[in-house]
Amino acid sequence: MKIRTKNDLEKMREKGLKNLYPKETKVSVGMATCGLSTGADKVYEAIQDEVEKGKLPIQLAQTGCIGFCQREPVVDILEPGKPRVFYQEVTPDRAKELIHRWLKNEVVGDWLLCKMEKEDWIAEDRVQDYPIRQIPKGIDGTPSYHQVPFYNKQLKIALRNCGFINPDHIEEYVARGGYISLYKALFEMKPEEIIEEVKRSGLRGRGGAGFLTGNKWETCRRAKGDQKFILCNADEGDPGAYMDRSILEGDPHSVVEGMIIGAYATGAHEGFIYVRNEYPLAIQKLLIALQQAEEAGLLGDDILGSGFSLKINLFRGGGAFVCGESTALMASIEGKVGEPRAKHIHTTESGLWDKPSNLNNVETWNNVPIILSRGAGWYSKIGTDQSKGTKVFSIVGKVKNTGLIEVPMGITLREIVYDIGGGVPDGKKFKAVQTGGPSGGCIPESLINLPVDFDRLTEVGSMMGSGGMIVMDESTCMVDVAKYFMDFLKGESCGKCTSCREGTKRMHEILTEIAEGRGTMDHIELLKELGWVTAEASLCQLGGTAPNPVLSTIRYFQEEYEEHILHKRCPAKVCRALLQYRILSNVCTKCGRCAKVCPVKAITGKKKTKKETGEPFSIDAKKCIKCGMCFETCKFEAVEVQ
Amino acid sequence: MEVSKIDSIIEQYGARESALLAILQDIQAKENYLPKDALEYVSQKMHIPLVRIFRIATFYNALSLKPRGLHKIDVCLGTACHVRGGSKILEKIERDLGVSVGETTKDNRFTLESVRCIGCCSLGPVAVVDGKVFGRLGQDKVSGLLKEFK
Repeated sequence: MKIRTKNDLEKMREKGLKNLYPKETKVSVGMATCGLSTGADKVYEAIQDEVEKGKLPIQLAQTGCIGFCQREPVVDILEPGKPRVFYQEVTPDRAKELIHRWLKNEVVGDWLLCKMEKEDWIAEDRVQDYPIRQIPKGIDGTPSYHQVPFYNKQLKIALRNCGFINPDHIEEYVARGGYISLYKALFEMKPEEIIEEVKRSGLRGRGGAGFLTGNKWETCRRAKGDQKFILCNADEGDPGAYMDRSILEGDPHSVVEGMIIGAYATGAHEGFIYVRNEYPLAIQKLLIALQQAEEAGLLGDDILGSGFSLKINLFRGGGAFVCGESTALMASIEGKVGEPRAKHIHTTESGLWDKPSNLNNVETWNNVPIILSRGAGWYSKIGTDQSKGTKVFSIVGKVKNTGLIEVPMGITLREIVYDIGGGVPDGKKFKAVQTGGPSGGCIPESLINLPVDFDRLTEVGSMMGSGGMIVMDESTCMVDVAKYFMDFLKGESCGKCTSCREGTKRMHEILTEIAEGRGTMDHIELLKELGWVTAEASLCQLGGTAPNPVLSTIRYFQEEYEEHILHKRCPAKVCRALLQYRILSNVCTKCGRCAKVCPVKAITGKKKTKKETGEPFSIDAKKCIKCGMCFETCKFEAVEVQ
Repeated sequence: MEVSKIDSIIEQYGARESALLAILQDIQAKENYLPKDALEYVSQKMHIPLVRIFRIATFYNALSLKPRGLHKIDVCLGTACHVRGGSKILEKIERDLGVSVGETTKDNRFTLESVRCIGCCSLGPVAVVDGKVFGRLGQDKVSGLLKEFK
């Protein structure tokens, strides 16, 4: 269906609404990568089989991720007249049972994540109520969506549609207010007005550096050139951050719409989306979205009859972290190796093929339609003075509730880690949060009340980056973390600047010395000096920020470095060369499980049986490779690590 | 690799330098790696010096000049997987298969590689086998996982 008028858009919306809220029961399975990794595809098939076999009055749908990835596979059921329910950790067997029970107006309370009585349509400031006439049996005691601690402090702008629409259906995106901003931009606003609105919103780039988006657009619009490019950075390389993947897999049209608006505002007629090779599902969803947008007349020549034309191409990356850097990304699209260049001239003036090019990341583009539909005034009320709006964070690592969260800027780390994340599991002690990927740093417990925004994170020696937050507990070694990042960076440094290529390698060597018990106190000073040189003498920000993981861990956890150096001890019990495994004979129950799993047969003893009393097991330190299998296997905590 | 297959890949994208990465990825998708003769042919056909093609082929992690096994295992070593023991998963697979990361088993069944982050951080440690993602792994689950692909 080609859209030419506002009426056409309304018609598409009606079609989408019928998909979203059918008359019969609708069962949706979250099938983003996180869902699939826990067997959502098998759950989907099981439900499909059951529906076909029993000719059940159920419509089955696929959707993205609603953020609580840890509880995947998530299945939600929606039926007119009843509250919507979300099931967590669904297996194929459970799926079959829960749909049969639903048809008998029952739920299995223990398997429920939450119920929902209304949906927020943030794009248009509307609330979609579910008129409730019937309460399923067994639902008492199930918390509402906003009562679940994981969700109650969240405000979803970027993740507005993830988990609520089928990403393959453009109509569903339109139904929840999609492409309305594009219409407004093309027919009711001049490019300069759009730029002004984005400037007034205070939106800063969500990819890392936090540059003001509106200012960037303005420079690109003013840049001289017959041809300009619009680019989307979907090369989300920071390990531990995956909001862009989730947006692309769950709501690809939001990014496409943002890009079309941006292209119109800056005067570009061709665009590229540079997606990581590691995100095959995101690529697949984007290709479908681009094709649908073209078929609907939202991309291509004479968009919506406005006279404005834009072509967007998808470019698949080659698995190089450095290509997330703007100039490297552009070099990669040009068919060269992804090496950054000096940015004396900004890419907004001379970027891709030396033409003015405007690059923003996925989450930034995705925010744009909402800024236009709700207005800069509304948007800029959210967040802090210098950091407006919300930010998506992936809260992962040693935390009870892991997943993607979206919160207003300025929320404290404590609220993120404890209120939303539920704190550290297994009764362990919280140690630090790592933010900003390999360019960021580790923030210690003493700064847990830090309000999270672009500037405050930079002040404490870390950075926002793309929003990865890896929680670390007492069993995470900070020397090991620094070593891990240097290993990452020495592998991903493109090698153009000696300071970065050699600096990261040397820092990794020194950290290895420390981790293996050969460190000296001079090493700490040497690391600081090397870090300084690496940062100062490298062309791009990858090198410029490379020492951050080392410097921030020294800044906040120097005593842990000193333990390794002076006492040859790893307090977190991670650095293998310094560890010793032994079995406490008075605790050992002689079950023999440790000996069974030991890959090098370093454990001997005699198993206790009905006839024999057995002998406690022990580890031959010479044979032991310190893999930790015995430690993980022993149910009686008889294996001790020192 | 058959010349006609390479021709059709090049035709699909056009013989532009900017399509080189995509062309190499498609060749690899068909052949499992980048055979030397295919690269030589691409060089002639697209008028791009072979040295430049090799530079691309060796720069990007996704491209391989070595043949890979029947099944490809990528163990995620992103930060979240790392703090939850991703490297122990990798070592367990190394021990079980008798290869080091980057190598292929003698029977050509498995190629073991590591990946920087696949963005499935909530469910780490994670590994990908033939494109299928397996979350919530532990050392104890490795043998069972490998058996699925025997």
